[in-house]
Amino acid sequence: MREITPRKPLHFLILGIALLYIAVLLVAPIVTIVQKALANGFQPVITALSEPNVIHALQVTFVMTLGAVLLNTVFGIIIAWVLTRQQFRGRRFLNILVDIPFVFSPVIAGYSLIVLFGRDGWLTPTAFPIVFALPGILLAKTFVSLPFVTREVGPVLATLDTEPEAAAYTMGASQWLTFRRIILPNIWPGIMYGVVLTLARALGEFGAVAVVGGGIEGQTETATMFVFRALNDRNKVGAYSMSLLLGLTAIVVLIVMRLLRRSIVREQTAHVNHTR
Amino acid sequence: MTSYPLNPTSEIRLPAQRTQPAWGKWGLRIASITYLAAFVAVPVLVINVEGLRSGWDLFWASLVRPAALNAIWLTLWTAALMTVINVIMGTLTAYVLVSYRFPGKEILNTLVDLPFAIPTLVTGVMLVLLYGPQTAIGGFFEKQLGFKLLFAPPAIVIALLFVGYPFVIRAVQPVLLTLEPNQQDAAQTLGASDWYTFRRVIFPAIRPAVVTGGLLSFARALGEFGAIVIVAIRPQVATVYLYGQVEGGNMQAASAVSVVLLMIAFIITLTVDLVESRRHA
Repeated sequence: MREITPRKPLHFLILGIALLYIAVLLVAPIVTIVQKALANGFQPVITALSEPNVIHALQVTFVMTLGAVLLNTVFGIIIAWVLTRQQFRGRRFLNILVDIPFVFSPVIAGYSLIVLFGRDGWLTPTAFPIVFALPGILLAKTFVSLPFVTREVGPVLATLDTEPEAAAYTMGASQWLTFRRIILPNIWPGIMYGVVLTLARALGEFGAVAVVGGGIEGQTETATMFVFRALNDRNKVGAYSMSLLLGLTAIVVLIVMRLLRRSIVREQTAHVNHTR
Repeated sequence: MTSYPLNPTSEIRLPAQRTQPAWGKWGLRIASITYLAAFVAVPVLVINVEGLRSGWDLFWASLVRPAALNAIWLTLWTAALMTVINVIMGTLTAYVLVSYRFPGKEILNTLVDLPFAIPTLVTGVMLVLLYGPQTAIGGFFEKQLGFKLLFAPPAIVIALLFVGYPFVIRAVQPVLLTLEPNQQDAAQTLGASDWYTFRRVIFPAIRPAVVTGGLLSFARALGEFGAIVIVAIRPQVATVYLYGQVEGGNMQAASAVSVVLLMIAFIITLTVDLVESRRHA
């Protein structure tokens, strides 16, 4: 499609509707939270966020999110590889399985972990608890953010020119060397984009973590669980401060996404020009 | 979410394929299957078995309770209303982002992904601060127009609109970008109005993407919890009802509602898969 500069009244009307919608739906809420959280300056926010329980919640969130990102990055790349480079029966079914966490309610995901690992669960281990403990939180975060790396890396792998690979093999490079030197550089931006999406999703997860973690203060409480509890306890400063912190993190994530997207587009254009 | 062809055009028949150790190929395949089985298939299976374990009668009985039925109904109609608005506004936004040149466009294009990046719980907190009864907007609606925004269906629809906004845009935008300008030029040269060109030339091309984006936002809305539990803990949508039942230890009721939600979500996933694979065929 061709980009045009709006001239007719109709163009301005359409543009105006879109801008107004974004302003009301997205911008107004953001402005409100910043305003409310910083109503008395930065000092109350910093104080609220340095409470020992808040620090602990942030640590739990950070470590568990990191675990989920690591698992889903490694397995996400493997799954993308298998789905695009291998032919076997059941591949299409596997492809559908990848998307299920996108449409599976997080509350149900948390609930299924309780059925599996809760009191009198199907597979409850005796050695250590999973439900209402950190392993449950890790599992919940991993589940909800599972598809992103696969869904970002897959399309790149599927459209990748295989000739350089073939050349590398022909010249005696091993599988691993070829992957590291030929394929990885090509899928790297896709991986990074997937990682950022995984990170954002795992970081902000609430429903699954609330059900499976129980939000025990100072133990299994995550950043989002803290906001929930603070609201119930009428600790407005705490709730708004943490919301502000999470909101700012989201803005940083957005900017990183944008930069990565741009480098992916540039690389694809370079690729197209090269093949021409 | 992007989908890629199930039959990659770059069919891999490298000479190296012969030298690839079989254990490597099988190792990766088994690793993928195990991971997806453990993390996705098992939870799906567990919910269905748990829901139907005590037999159909109990399953049915815990489903037809007024509280459960009302919750499912509220979820369905708010999600449907959101999808209708979202499909219109999402398509319009994608069109604006692709075809108009205006200052600040890059920022706007970044901003529309905000709902993907921000925790939905924070979305809920922001909406309460904006539309709550003590605020200017919430107060106006409650005093002048006589209805509540918060703790009522309007807040649920607004929360869902926020959460679902990027889905249609991100599905439609790439397709709009690949449209050849020639056809539109031809239509315009032949005297077609803007609206006629959109309806007859542009819309048919983006229709599958619109359907996919709409379905995905609908599926997302069925499962949304974080934003809704803050803006409307009552009236209860299905996920909030579910949360209450799990917290109260009423597993039978929780399982029955879960099975229904999963069924709908699964049908949507299959439909999207179908639409996408037909589009790439």
